[in-house]
Amino acid sequence: MTPAYNFAYLNEQTKRMIRRAILKAVAVPGYQVPFASREMPMPYGWGTGGVQVTASLLKPDDVLKVIDQGADDTTNAVSIRKFFVRTAGIATTEDTRRATVIQTRHRIPETPLGEGQILVLQVPIPEPLRFLEPRETETRKMHALAEYGVMHVKLYEDIARFGHIATTYAYPARVAGRYVLDPSPIPKFDNPKLDRCPALQLFGAGREKRIYAILPHSRVVSLDFEDHPFSVQHFDQPCALCGGRDSFLDEIIMDDRGTRMFVCSDTDHCSKRRAAGLGSSGERR
Amino acid sequence: MTLADDQPLLVAEGLGKLYGGRVGCLDVSFALWAGEVLAIVGESGSGKSTLLKCLSMQLAPSSGRVHYRLRDQRMVALDRLSEAERRFLMRTDWGFVHQDPREGLRMGVSAGANIGERLMAVGERHYGRIRGAALDWLDRVEIEADRIDDSPLAYSGGMRQRLQIARNLVTGPRLVFMDEPTGGLDVSVQARLLDLMRRLTHGSGLSAVVVTHDLAVARLLSSRMMVMQAGRVIESGLTDQVLEDPQEPYTQLLVSSVLQV
Repeated sequence: MTPAYNFAYLNEQTKRMIRRAILKAVAVPGYQVPFASREMPMPYGWGTGGVQVTASLLKPDDVLKVIDQGADDTTNAVSIRKFFVRTAGIATTEDTRRATVIQTRHRIPETPLGEGQILVLQVPIPEPLRFLEPRETETRKMHALAEYGVMHVKLYEDIARFGHIATTYAYPARVAGRYVLDPSPIPKFDNPKLDRCPALQLFGAGREKRIYAILPHSRVVSLDFEDHPFSVQHFDQPCALCGGRDSFLDEIIMDDRGTRMFVCSDTDHCSKRRAAGLGSSGERR
Repeated sequence: MTLADDQPLLVAEGLGKLYGGRVGCLDVSFALWAGEVLAIVGESGSGKSTLLKCLSMQLAPSSGRVHYRLRDQRMVALDRLSEAERRFLMRTDWGFVHQDPREGLRMGVSAGANIGERLMAVGERHYGRIRGAALDWLDRVEIEADRIDDSPLAYSGGMRQRLQIARNLVTGPRLVFMDEPTGGLDVSVQARLLDLMRRLTHGSGLSAVVVTHDLAVARLLSSRMMVMQAGRVIESGLTDQVLEDPQEPYTQLLVSSVLQV
């Protein structure tokens, strides 16, 4: 831990301001609360929003897990974890069950989250209506009046063009029957995990300066049509390492002759299964 | 005739809009009944579009008031409605046809989605039914069914304008505002569009307020008309009457300056 910094990098006044925004977000689930996002020692798009939320949540006895695209060992995850080890001196883990705070980008862990855990998601564009309505004044009004018909225009376009809802990530969902939110660019495979999750889910967008939340156990419904109901991706094959059939898989290109391998994107989930003797680890490189 | 039929649908009382010291429109009063098409004519800058925007609550009038009879027959002052009610009215009971279809259409999505948007906005969540309604309306505005998945960018000007009309009429509005609906179209396309609009308004009980500088459009579409000059209504009456026997010098000038072929 570097003594030059306040605990968890941000000064106490800033944390107070962010905690207030979080409290408001928790009070109005799905509502995007503006906050005075600070410059962080990392570029926008690398999780400045998530880092600020995490920094204002951390207590000295917290155990932090950071994942990027499901993996604990990718650049973004490693550097954010190192950042908090240096500035807050807290314990870190790769074990989803042991973590009290989990900061993530693009995935929700396969291991079900429990009460008392907090999931912090990094959000690039918090406004689900943005691509249909460029004016911020107008989108705020649409949220205020719950005018969400236009969200279905996008889904209609998908079906008209592709025969099915082709949106596969950042799939819009409605929280507790009121606000429609962008669940950050998680695959729609993870959308069902948002629903009635026992953990608190916080979303931080640093560049766009917004924080929003999904309360534990609240209903989160992915938008769809009656005759084209919401469904998640399915994979034709199991994970090449652990043999799991119920996790989200990443495609890995093995050489320049088109050899591909599908493996769990959640490294913690995959390695736990292999440690338990599942799958065919070592059989294929 | 029921009680509802002899009460007006929309009443404007002393409506005025000032842009600072300049006059947009002044002291406009009229009533519009169900099934009636009212044309507002005048030269550029006479306050037609300002009046239309005040009527449709896109601009807050500086003076005066607009009353509207809701579907439940209640007469309400539009400025007393909450914004939510006003916006709901706009996408269910009203339509607005812009001169430039790009303003009224969503150019980034297909024609089918353009027509379906209002249905989805009022809670329709069945893709098949939305698609069916879109096909039905494309047929009614004489656009081939196989163009349903094309973007309006791939449409001609006349088709865009017809698409805009379909998009507005899909929720069965009772009142449509049109701002120069035939502006910028060539004459044969104009004729076809006018024909279509006549067919859609006549006999359906749909009311319309049409702003135009083209007296021929007023003649073909409207039953009544108002002539505006410098923000004021200087003459109003049955369309045929005003055009055949204009009383005001300005109206006489307007009527006589129409080119005869």
